[in-house]
Formats: sequence, structure tokens, C-alpha cells
Amino acid sequence: MTPELGNFALILSLCLSLVLATFPLIGSINNTPGWVALAKPAAWGQFFFVSISFAALVSAFISNDFSVLYVAQNGNTQLPLIYKISAVWGAHEGSLLLWALILSGWTVAVALFSRALPPEIVARVLAVMGMVSIGFLSFLLFTSNPFDRVFPVPLEGGDLNPLLQDFGLAVHPPMLYMGYVGLSVAFSFALAALIGGKLDAAWARWSRPWTLVAWVFLTLGIVLGSWWAYYELGWGGWWFWDPVENASFMPWLVATALIHSLAVTEKRGAFKRWTVLLALLAFSLSLLGTFLVRSGVLTSVHSFAADPARGLFILVFLCIVIGGSLTVYAWRAPEVTSGGKFDLLCRETLLLGNNLLLVVITAFILLGTLAPLIYDAMGWGKISVGFPWFTTMFVIFTPFLIIIMGLGPLARWKKQDPGDLARQLRIALLLSLAAGVLLALPIFHEGNIWGGLAVMLSVWLLSSLVLSLRQRWRYRKGITGILKDIGSRGSGSYYGMVIAHLGVAVFIIGVTFVTQFDVEQDIRMSPGQTVELAGHTFRFDGARAIQGPNYRADQGTIRVFNKDGKEVAILSPEKRTYLVQTRPMTEAGIDPGFTRDIYVSLGETLGNGDWSLRLYFKPLVRWIWLGGILMGIGGLLAASDRRYRMAMARKTVPARAAAKRLAAEGGS
Amino acid sequence: MTRYLRYLVPLAIFFVLVAFLYRGLSLDPKRVPSPLVGKPMPEFSLPRLQDPAATLSDTDLKGKVSILNIWATWCVSCRAEHEVLLLLAKTDKVDIYGLNYKDERAKAKQWLLQLGDPYVANAFDADGRTGINWGVYGAPETFIMDRQGIIRHKHIGPLTVDALNNEILPLIANLQATP
Repeated sequence: MTPELGNFALILSLCLSLVLATFPLIGSINNTPGWVALAKPAAWGQFFFVSISFAALVSAFISNDFSVLYVAQNGNTQLPLIYKISAVWGAHEGSLLLWALILSGWTVAVALFSRALPPEIVARVLAVMGMVSIGFLSFLLFTSNPFDRVFPVPLEGGDLNPLLQDFGLAVHPPMLYMGYVGLSVAFSFALAALIGGKLDAAWARWSRPWTLVAWVFLTLGIVLGSWWAYYELGWGGWWFWDPVENASFMPWLVATALIHSLAVTEKRGAFKRWTVLLALLAFSLSLLGTFLVRSGVLTSVHSFAADPARGLFILVFLCIVIGGSLTVYAWRAPEVTSGGKFDLLCRETLLLGNNLLLVVITAFILLGTLAPLIYDAMGWGKISVGFPWFTTMFVIFTPFLIIIMGLGPLARWKKQDPGDLARQLRIALLLSLAAGVLLALPIFHEGNIWGGLAVMLSVWLLSSLVLSLRQRWRYRKGITGILKDIGSRGSGSYYGMVIAHLGVAVFIIGVTFVTQFDVEQDIRMSPGQTVELAGHTFRFDGARAIQGPNYRADQGTIRVFNKDGKEVAILSPEKRTYLVQTRPMTEAGIDPGFTRDIYVSLGETLGNGDWSLRLYFKPLVRWIWLGGILMGIGGLLAASDRRYRMAMARKTVPARAAAKRLAAEGGS
Repeated sequence: MTRYLRYLVPLAIFFVLVAFLYRGLSLDPKRVPSPLVGKPMPEFSLPRLQDPAATLSDTDLKGKVSILNIWATWCVSCRAEHEVLLLLAKTDKVDIYGLNYKDERAKAKQWLLQLGDPYVANAFDADGRTGINWGVYGAPETFIMDRQGIIRHKHIGPLTVDALNNEILPLIANLQATP
């Protein structure tokens, strides 16, 4: 009964999304307030029914209702409760339902937090979100219904993929989807603004907090995925350039460009057409990601069961949403007025430079991801584009990105005297060169060029941030001014920027150190045997069989001692075999630390109690995720800026007054 | 006019992309060709499964069209494809050799006794070294060689009746026809 209820609720929500996508939009164009007023109730109704549908699927998993095909494939009576719930999004159909739920949730959030906006604009934004929702709900109902029944009813379920039976992966998809789908808000605002022909500073200010929040979710989702891969896949990697990872990274890069470009559009009225295009692209790329994951056109460790019919459906959907939005862009963009004038060197051009770099990197990733497909389609044979290609590209572009990141916060809007900027930054330049050379040359230990380059860039970024803080200190006249300033308009954006950029510096150091200085060894070990690695002694104390709730495992014990013979860690890597899907899984034994991780994974048993083991010593590996988390915190801080709340509380502020006020505020 | 054209660029790029994605739907990315296809099979000489004193080597496979199937008792998909192998053996069109990969002799013999034996002979590759030379990712994998001992086809994963009818049997007929 419950599954039918879920199915019925899904149909109702599709009906409501049809209402949402049409009436408010038409009403906003021919001025029919009654039709415009339909938007919010329709959004609420849609959210209500999708929630019921989602709850029905959750309850089917909890009650082990194997008459539902999806539950029979992915559920199991032995699953711990938390994984019964996460199994809901463990495969194609349910994850799509989660996607639809999150989309309707964002729609309601827009309806809720936009009371201060003109109703016809809200109506248009909600209508565009409704259109996206139609696509996903009909995709669910027509090709991927999670409530399909199966007969005869199996006694036991096929179990959740063991890879997914992990806390990190239970929360990774919802986070990521919050980010992907959150970008639909910026997309809808952009499209609504294009339809209305009003791309102004107000539009940019409304879009900014939404874009920031979506970006934060996307950032944290990617960080979670990377962290999970690190401890779960057993070979210590944290990024694989897998097509599906790229599919999440591309919208992130474009969204990063977008939040910067929105700042320019809001404060200076410039780059409107570029900003609106980025807003369209960011969400388009997350849709493209959906296609790549679910259609089976590329091989990936993440791919869901491939089905060409589904692939075709999404492709048609992509054509309508992306093709449609880009058509509106081509039609409306020429009429958009250009913004304020600015010099060749100023904050606008630096931000534009970074924007272009981010987009170019995205284009290269897209090309690398699709290259196997393009080669195959053109009949040029098969290729696989792997690590070296992507890494080379990153090493080429990132330094420029970082150099500009150092200049940007210190440069003025509109007009910047080059000599002035150089004077301000000469300390940063000296410091970074010195630090880089120190590490690159064999002075303290064997030198490392790449380590030197990375440290140079990070020090450059850090010291320019310090200089920027010092500048703010001067403008605000000391500590009292700074304290008063905290919580005022614009300060959230500023400090958010500082923390997020700090995160980038931390991330770069982490990445470089772990790729340049990590030590690893594959070794066969007998019980009691010891081995030296990176100044530590590893002793293998044998492995024993243990029993988990729904798996059997061999658990090894490795004791790690430092130079003085003091015990640093006892690690217990496992090799698990899940009872239903008998796939062997590794659980690495990790001793985490701020400066280094010690990482051990269990290979195969070689008889007589001997095992093959992989030992790693990974310096600063945590900094990679720490950097990501700092970026997320920075984004949240920026999104919580008082300016946006005031914009919400009051009616729209005329753009010129806003620009004047910001000019008066000075260098922030 | 040119003023308007540049705003069409994103749309144009998008449609090129769509054309490729559409084409991609009908291609199979999993069909990765083995670097060994078109090359002579790697040399090997291993004890036979049924009789450790006797050896099976690559020369035994030459001079006729042959199949080498890599399998193990620990491999669940191998059990699934076993029926198909028996079916293929019944056609009597080709000699199927087996490479028993990283397995235990007693278990493997028991398996053949219980499920039936489609193989002409089996090589016993206990440490998996021969498997590595053949570029084995994981069992089951199946190689087809021509009379000269050149690898003509590699099938990754369990054989299915479909694959048998549409790929393997036509290829074998083809190879048998050429001297």
C-alpha cells in the first residue's frame, strides 16, 4: 500500500510542477496577479508530495518490503538501519528521487526567502525551477520508477553495494546533490532575468547568496567524496580524474567563477552577459554530469546501471533545458547594456582573468573527460585520458590562477596604479620567492622543484592576504574599528573571501606535499616481522578473522614505532567480504595527523599467516580536505553577509545607490 | 548581424556536444581492446591440472583454432559462464583449453567433476604468473587464437549465449575457413 501511495504522490507532484512551470510564467508576462500568485502554493505542494513519495521509499527499505523491485535489489534485512536509509539513494532510481526531493526543497526555499522580491520575478524563478522539476519527475515516472513491484516476492534483498556501506558515502551524495541542484537557483534567476530583460545589480545581489550556499554544498560534497576514496579504496589516492569526479568538479569550477563574477556585476554593474552565461553553464554542467553518470557513455567506477533508453531521455531533457536556456541567452543577451568602464589594470580585469582561467580549465577537463567518447565516435580508435594529462594541465594553469588571486584582493575597482600595487606587494613577492627557493634547492634536504613552486605560490597567497588584512586594519583605524566592522555590511563577504583563499593555499600545500614527498611500500610480511619506512618501524602482528554485522573480515594488526622506539599507533586494516554481494572490500588502517598520515592496507593472504601489505607515509595529506573545509566555511561566511539579509528585508535598493555606498566603503 | 552571432556560439558548441553524446549512446565504452589482440600468444609451460607430471604449453594450442579460458573456483562469474562453455564444447567446433588461475588443485578437480568438463586440458597456474603475462584483469576471461597462435579476440567477463552466437562462433567459423 505504501509504495502505491508514494507512486501516487509522485504523480501529483508532477501535476503540480506542470502548474508551477506554466501559469506563474504566463501570468508574469501578461500581468495576471492571480496566476502569479499560484507560484508559491504550487511550489509548496510539489515539495509536500515529493516528500511523501520519498518517505514512502524510506519506509519500504526500513520495513524490508522486497515486493518493491528497487528495495529487493538494494535492500537487505541484515543491513544496519543507517545503511537501510542510505540505500534509498544507493542506486539509480532512488538517487533520482533524492535529486527531485532536493530540487523541490530548493524551490520552496526560494519561495520562502524571497518575500522582498517583486512577485513577478519570484514567479518566473519558480516557474523555471518547475520546468526543471518536470523533467526529473517525468524521468522518474516514465523510465526509472522506484516503486515498481516485483513478483514473486524474493525472501531476501540483493543488498546495498558494499562500497556504499560507509558513513562517508552515506552523506556524500546528498551533499553533492544539494550543490548540483542548488545551482539551479542561480540558473533560474539568470533565466528569469533574461526573460524579463532586466539584468541589473539587484539581480546579481539576489543570486549571490543562493549561489554561495550551493557552492558550499558542492565543495563539501566533493571533499567528502575525496576523503571517502582515500580511506575506503585502499591505495591512498584522493582524486582519480574519473569521469564522474570530473562531472562534479566542472560545475564547481564554473560556480567558483560565477561567485566572483557576480561580485563584479553586483558592485560594478560590469560583465553582465558573462555572469549570466556562467550561471547558465554551471547548472548545465551539473545536468551534463547526470547524463554522464546515468547513460553509460563513459566507463567509470561510479556509473549506475546503464540503460540507453534512460540516456536518450536525459539527452532530450538536456537539449530542452540547456539548449533552451542558451537560445534565450542568444536572443536576449545582445540587448543587455554594458556596465561601467574600467582600466586595463583593476580588480575587474583581475577577476575576469581568473574567470577565464577557471573556464579554460573546465573546458580542458570536459575535453579530457569526453575524449574517449569523441575518439570512439569519430572512429579514431580507443584512448583513455588519465592522470598525466589532467595533472599537466593543472600544473600549467594553477600558478597563474594563484598569482592573480594574490593581486585581486589588493587591487582597486575601476582603476589601479601598477606601481602602487607593486609597492604594496613587494614584501609578498620577496617572501614567496625566498620560501620557494629554500625548498627547491638542496639546502636542508634534497631539493624539490615542484615543492618549491607550490610553497612559493602558497606563501604568495598567504602574504597577500595578510597585506589585505593590514590594509583593512588601516582603513578601519585599528582593532576597535575592526571589531565594530564585524557584522556590518560587506564584512562577511570580505572575511569569507580571506578564509576561502586561505583554504586554497592550504589545499595547494597539501596536494603538493602528498604527491611529492609521500613514501609507499608494497611488502610481504610474516607475523612478527618489522620494516622501516620514513623513519618509522612497522611491525606486523598477524591477522585474525572477525565477524561484522553483515560481513566477515580478516583484520590485521600493525604496530608503528617512531625512531625512539615509542609506539605511535596500532593500526587495524581489514579485508572484508560482505555476505550477500561477496565482493572483497578493504578498510585501510589509518593513523591520522595534522602533519602526516600513516596508512596501511591489507592485500592478500599468502599462506602461513603471511600477508601482502601496503604501507604509506603521507605528509600533510589532511591539508587537502582542511583546505576544502576552509573554502566551505569562507563561502558560508560570505553567504551570511548582512547585506543580503537587508536586501531581503527591504525592497530593492537602486543599483546606483548601492554602487555609491560601496565606493564610499573603499577597499573592501 | 555579427553582433548577434557571437551570442550563438555557446549554443553552437552545445549542439556539437550533443551530437557526440548522442553517438555515444550507441557505443560501448567497455569494449577495451587488449594490447595482446593481433599478437602471438605469450609463451607458457605449466603442469596440467589433472596430471601434475604432464605439462601444457603454448605449442599445444598451435596449429589449430583454439580457445583459452581463464577461470577459478573462487570466481562466481566463472560458475555462471560454465554452462555456456559446456554448450560451446558440445558444438565440437573448437578445442577449449583452460587456465586454472590462482586456484587450489583439489577444489578445481572437484568443480570439473561436479559441473562437467568442457576443456581439452587445463593448465594449473597456482601463482598466477602466466595469467599476468596474458594480461588478465580478473577471471573469467577468454582468448581466441588462430592456427598460427595469434590472439584474435579477447572476451572480458563471463561468456553469454548471446556473445557465443553473435561473436565467438562466427569468429571461429571465420578462422577455421582461413588456412
